[in-house]
Amino acid sequence: MKTLMNAVSRRNVLKAGGAAATMLAAPGLVRAQAPTVKIGLLQPITGAFAGDGDLARIGAEYAIKEINDAGGIKALGGARLELLIGDSRSNAEAGAQATEQLKADGASIVIGGFASGIAMTATQAAARYELPFIIDSAVSDALMTRNLKNVFRMNPSFSMAADVALKNLVTLNDAAGKPAKTVAIVHEDGLLGSGLAKLMQERLPKLGLQVIETISHPTPARDMSNVVLRLRSLQPDLIIPSHYFNEFVLFARTLQQQRVKPKAGIYALFGGAASSYKFVSEFPEAAEGVMDVNHWGDPKNPVNDKLMETVKAAGKFYAYNAPINYSVVKVAAQALEFAKSKESGAIIEALSKNEFDSGVMPYGKSKFDATGQNVNAIPLNTQVQGGQIKVIYPDQFAQSKPKFPANG
Amino acid sequence: MYSPVIIIEALLNGLMLGAVYALVALGLTLIYGVLHIVNFAHGALLTVAMYLVWLAFDRLGLDPYLSTAVITPLMFVIGYGLQRFIIGPASHGSDNGILLVTLGLSIIIQNLLLAGFNSDTRTIATDYAFEVVPIGPLLLGLPRVIGLGVSIVTAIILWLILDRTDIGKAIRAVAKEKLGASLVGIDVAHVYAVTFALGTACLAIAGGLLMPSFYVSPTTGAAFVLVAFTIVVLGGMGSIPGALIGGLLIGVVEAVSSLFLGDSLGQIGIFLIFILVLLFKPTGLFGARG
Repeated sequence: MKTLMNAVSRRNVLKAGGAAATMLAAPGLVRAQAPTVKIGLLQPITGAFAGDGDLARIGAEYAIKEINDAGGIKALGGARLELLIGDSRSNAEAGAQATEQLKADGASIVIGGFASGIAMTATQAAARYELPFIIDSAVSDALMTRNLKNVFRMNPSFSMAADVALKNLVTLNDAAGKPAKTVAIVHEDGLLGSGLAKLMQERLPKLGLQVIETISHPTPARDMSNVVLRLRSLQPDLIIPSHYFNEFVLFARTLQQQRVKPKAGIYALFGGAASSYKFVSEFPEAAEGVMDVNHWGDPKNPVNDKLMETVKAAGKFYAYNAPINYSVVKVAAQALEFAKSKESGAIIEALSKNEFDSGVMPYGKSKFDATGQNVNAIPLNTQVQGGQIKVIYPDQFAQSKPKFPANG
Repeated sequence: MYSPVIIIEALLNGLMLGAVYALVALGLTLIYGVLHIVNFAHGALLTVAMYLVWLAFDRLGLDPYLSTAVITPLMFVIGYGLQRFIIGPASHGSDNGILLVTLGLSIIIQNLLLAGFNSDTRTIATDYAFEVVPIGPLLLGLPRVIGLGVSIVTAIILWLILDRTDIGKAIRAVAKEKLGASLVGIDVAHVYAVTFALGTACLAIAGGLLMPSFYVSPTTGAAFVLVAFTIVVLGGMGSIPGALIGGLLIGVVEAVSSLFLGDSLGQIGIFLIFILVLLFKPTGLFGARG
């Protein structure tokens, strides 16, 4: 409720501000006031993913303030950025509506989307107006196969992330003397979990890891004790889970209660809770040692620390939404600099043709290919160590050595 | 393929979880047996109970089992009020009306919870949630063992209330013959409300038993009520022993079939039993009515 009120009042304030700016920009007064460029942030401000949307907003606002404080968009005469917030209400239909509203309110570019389903309809809506849209964290491969010229994706796709996750797993395992030989996959039986399970079943054996069991469960799950019982009987070296937040927490708590500690540990890809400070702070013991491959801010970038502090000061738990939306705003601002215009066509061209500084994301230079995918995007490997989520791999971003095997 | 220890443990897990299912089903079956309505607000009320347990823990630091002792009478009062002042009057005596009112109530409650608590998942972290009761090689989760015991005791108390007390007699009288009961001076509206309140109070206990090992979000109740509906039909609609035995049976079937088929396919076991019972004993295991 509170966030909704904030969003509404912010919009009113922005409208008032916009009106004031228009009046000031009336003929004869032009040079007195720098123009503004509106950036639309499409996030779930209400509904099931409201927590994620809130973090994204904090990240985006931080970037906007930083850019405006540094003199705005120089190529547009120091134009100031304004953030318009569109509430996707955590569902795909509302996501498309909110995108249309952002266009109507004068957004030059829209960023965000968050979940694949929402990003799918929202980018489609944006395509009708050739409105440039940069996706923040939705991973579905299908998003970038539609040949939409206006759509770009900052984050790695699911298959890019899976490649990295498997490569890093092999590296970690080899470096530790191959403690993991057998793997059990535990996944939710929806699109996300089944897709991951299928991919892992195909690829793991080729990498010398034997999949001894694949267990699926429905969402919501009432109980995980039978899943854990099977695992206790099979004793896999490594567990690869794929479920949403609640089921992951239930699973990890049941593992702890049943004293099941796979030798090599738990290795998640886009784990529902594995890199969530909420989970880590509420169940530190169950979370300890859990590894995840996920979107994550570069821990060596000092701005990332400041973002973490800002999130904490707002009484929230840091997660990837904040750094990634911070970074997408930064990319959008650079695109405006290159485009020297707030015309859609010029911004799209600028996004397609240039390389961008990646904000706090560990992507080096971001570069969008013909499909709009950022080719340099990678996920990071994290592990819960001593109640903190630490980046453990790749080395250039690592804050701490991997504890692998986690329970060895 | 599995060692006997694992299979026995799965059976016991099933029994223990089934007992909590049974508790949810008890409330539902009681309300059906007397009011002859399917209470669609049951799931939402379970969620309310779970939030109350969470609130008591989060704000007052009350242990979930301790707070259940306070929340149970509170839910009783809520249930009484709902039936007496909202569901009863709003349905104007029509069964279809009651059905729709409870459906509407469930939507309202769920959205109020969403507005008040937003969609975040709330959990309670207690030390004993991770304790196990080791019986030989078996590791039984402590909250589950407590759940089994409390559920059975609750079912017995409920049965005693219905069998031995005056209000119990009145409830049974209204269930059998509403008009006759009112003719001999039983206040039917009051009995309806007490029945609804008893059913709701069962949910408070179920909520207290679930929270140490589960979580709550505005839609949590639905996951348990779906299975509770199955149990009510399986056990015989309106039958208290039916709900208890049905709950335990469903728990065991679910546990064993998910051990051998996986949790996704394990749900098949539940509905297979369900269909078989409906085919060969349409009134349910303990059902009297046709």
